[in-house]
Amino acid sequence: MKLAAKLEDLTKHYVLKSETVRALRGVSFDIPEGDYVAIMGPSGSGKSTLLNLLGCLDRPTSGAMYLGDANVAKMNDNQLSYTRATRIGFVFQSYNLIQQLTVVENIEVPLYYQGRLSKSDRARCLELAAMVGLADRLSHRPAQLSGGQQQRVAIARSLVNDPYFVLADEPTGNLDSATTDEILRLFENLNQLGKTIIMVTHEDEVSRHAKRIIRLRDGLIQTDERKENRTVLN
Amino acid sequence: MRTALTVLGIFIGVAGVISLLAIGEGISQEAQRQIEGLGADNIMVRSVKPLNIPDAAASSFILPYGLLREDYALLVETIPTIKSALPIREMRRMVRYADNSIEGRVVGCTPEYAEVTRLFIERGHFITDAEVKMMQNHCVLAAQVVERLFPYEDPLGRRVYLQEHNDYYTIVGVCRDRPPTAAIGGSLDAQDFSNDIYIPISTMRKRIGDTVVMTSGGSREGETVELNQITLRIDSISNVQKTAELVEQMLEKNHGKLKDTAVIVPLELLEQAKRTKMMFMVIMGLIASVTLVVGGIGIMNIMLATVTERTREIGVRRALGARRSDIVRQFLVETIAMSVLGGLVGVGIGLLCPLAVDTTRAIVKSVAPEMIAGLPDVMRDVTPIIVPLSIPFAFCISVVIGVMFGLYPAYRAAQMDPIEALRHE
Repeated sequence: MKLAAKLEDLTKHYVLKSETVRALRGVSFDIPEGDYVAIMGPSGSGKSTLLNLLGCLDRPTSGAMYLGDANVAKMNDNQLSYTRATRIGFVFQSYNLIQQLTVVENIEVPLYYQGRLSKSDRARCLELAAMVGLADRLSHRPAQLSGGQQQRVAIARSLVNDPYFVLADEPTGNLDSATTDEILRLFENLNQLGKTIIMVTHEDEVSRHAKRIIRLRDGLIQTDERKENRTVLN
Repeated sequence: MRTALTVLGIFIGVAGVISLLAIGEGISQEAQRQIEGLGADNIMVRSVKPLNIPDAAASSFILPYGLLREDYALLVETIPTIKSALPIREMRRMVRYADNSIEGRVVGCTPEYAEVTRLFIERGHFITDAEVKMMQNHCVLAAQVVERLFPYEDPLGRRVYLQEHNDYYTIVGVCRDRPPTAAIGGSLDAQDFSNDIYIPISTMRKRIGDTVVMTSGGSREGETVELNQITLRIDSISNVQKTAELVEQMLEKNHGKLKDTAVIVPLELLEQAKRTKMMFMVIMGLIASVTLVVGGIGIMNIMLATVTERTREIGVRRALGARRSDIVRQFLVETIAMSVLGGLVGVGIGLLCPLAVDTTRAIVKSVAPEMIAGLPDVMRDVTPIIVPLSIPFAFCISVVIGVMFGLYPAYRAAQMDPIEALRHE
C-alpha cells in the first residue's frame, strides 16, 4: 500500500519569551493514499503546529516526515517551497484566493511557482474548474464570487499539481450550513476519485464525513480511530 | 491614484534632469555661439572711459582717453603674429533723411571690418580701400537704419544727413540684417549692429575729428578719442594667448597708469564659458539627482506599506510554493514598473521643456515685461536644447532608483514567515 505521508516521532519546540513551548512531543502516523483523515483537538493541542508541519511550512525540531520517499524534515527553504508547489494542496478557512487574479489564474498559481505553464496545464486548470462546478465563471475575480464558490476555486487550486494530499484547515469554518454540506460533499467526491484528504477541524459535524479521526492532546496523539462503517480503500 | 503619487517623485526628478540639462545646454550654446561670433582668432582692444580722471583733465570738460593711432601703428609694426589690424572709431549721431531720423552709431572703419565682424552686404558694396584713401563721404547702412529712413525708397545713391556736423554722406551699400550679440562678461559692451552707419575711418577723422561734444541737460561734456577699438586678427589660434599678453604689455607701457584700454580675448571667454557650463551642468545634475533620490525614498515608503498590506497574500503565495526569490522578484518587478512608468512620463514632460519655457516667457512678457528686462540677456532669450544623452541617462537612473529602493521592501516581503503571514489580518 502506498503511503501519501509518513510521520515518525515528530516533535516541535519553539522558544517564546525565553520559555520553551513543546507544541508537539512525538507524533507518528501513516497516511495511506486515498485516506480521508480528520485531525481534531482543543486549542493548545498542537493541531496548528501539526498542520504547519504537514504543509511543509515549518520544519520539525526532531523526527522525520516522508512525502513519498523524501524526508521533508531535512529540507531547506527553497526545497520546502518546491515541495509545497508540487506535492501539497492547501485549502484555507478564509479561502485565500489572490484578489487580482481570475478564477483560472488562481487555479494556475501553484503551477506558476513550479516554473511551468504549458497549454496542457491550462487545459487541466479548465477541467478542474469544471469539476468543481465553476466552468461558467472562469474570468470572474474572487470579489465577484460567493464564499462557497471561492472555496471551490481554492479546492480546484489545491488539486492542480496532483498533490500527495490536500490539506484543509477548517475549510467550512466561514460557510453557512447549506454551503458547508456542498463543500463536504465535494471533498467526499474527490476522495472517492482517489484523492488523499487531511482535514483539520474542531467540529464533529464536519469530522463525521471523514474515514479516520486523529485526536491530539497536549502535543501527542490521543486517539486514532478509523470509521468501520466507511469504505476502506486498499 | 496611489501609484500616481508614488511615481510623482520619479517623474519630477527625470523631467527635472532633462529640463535643467536642456536649459543649461541652451544657455551655454548661446553663450558659445556669441563668443565664437567674435572670432576665436581675434583679439579686441577697446578704449574704455576711465573712472578715475587725472587732475589735469578734470578742469576741462573734454576728456581725452583711449587708443591712439600711434598704438595702432606700434602694434602692427612690432607684433609679428598679428595678421591684420582693424581700426574702428564709433559714435552715436543723429542721422536724417527727409522727415525720418534715427539715432545711429556712426562707425569709421576700413574694408576688412565687414569680413572680421561677419557683416554681409545685401546690395551695393562695403567701404573700399579707394574710398578710405580718398576720404570720400560715402556710407553703408545697416538693415534697420534703411528700414527706418527709407521705408519706401531705394537708398542706394541717396544721401543721409548728419545733423550735428551738417554733413552729407552718399549711400553706396546696404547690409543684410544681423542679430545682436549680448554682453558677455567683463569689458565687452553689447554689440548691437542694427543702427550702424559705416563710413571710411579716414573720412571720419577729416570731417568729424577725434573730439565729440555732447549736450545733456544744460551741461556740455565731451571726449577725445582717436580709436574706440582695434580688432586684431591673429595668424593662428595657438598664438592668441601670447599675443594678448604682448599687447597688454605694450599698452601698459604707453598708457601708464590711465586705465583706458581693455584687451578682450574671445578665446579666453570661450574657455571660461566651457568651464562655467561644466560646473553648471554638474550642479544641475546633482540637484536633479537629489530629486530622484527623494522620489526613490517615496517609492520605498509606498512599497513597504504595500508589502504590509499584502502580508496575507504573501503568505498564501508562499504556501502555494513561492520561494523567497519568487516573492522578491514579484515586488521588485512592481517597483521597477512604477519607476519606469515615472521615468517615461518624466521623459515626456522633460521633452516639453523648450515649449514650456517659450510659453512661460511669452506670458510673462505680456503680463510683466519689466521682470524680463531685468534678466541677463543670455537668460532672457534662452531656448533650451535637449541634450540627447540626458534622455537615456535619466531613464536609466529611474530604473536604477526603482531597483535600489524597491529591493529593501521586496526583501522584507520575502523574509516573512509564511505561517505568521497567513495569520495576519
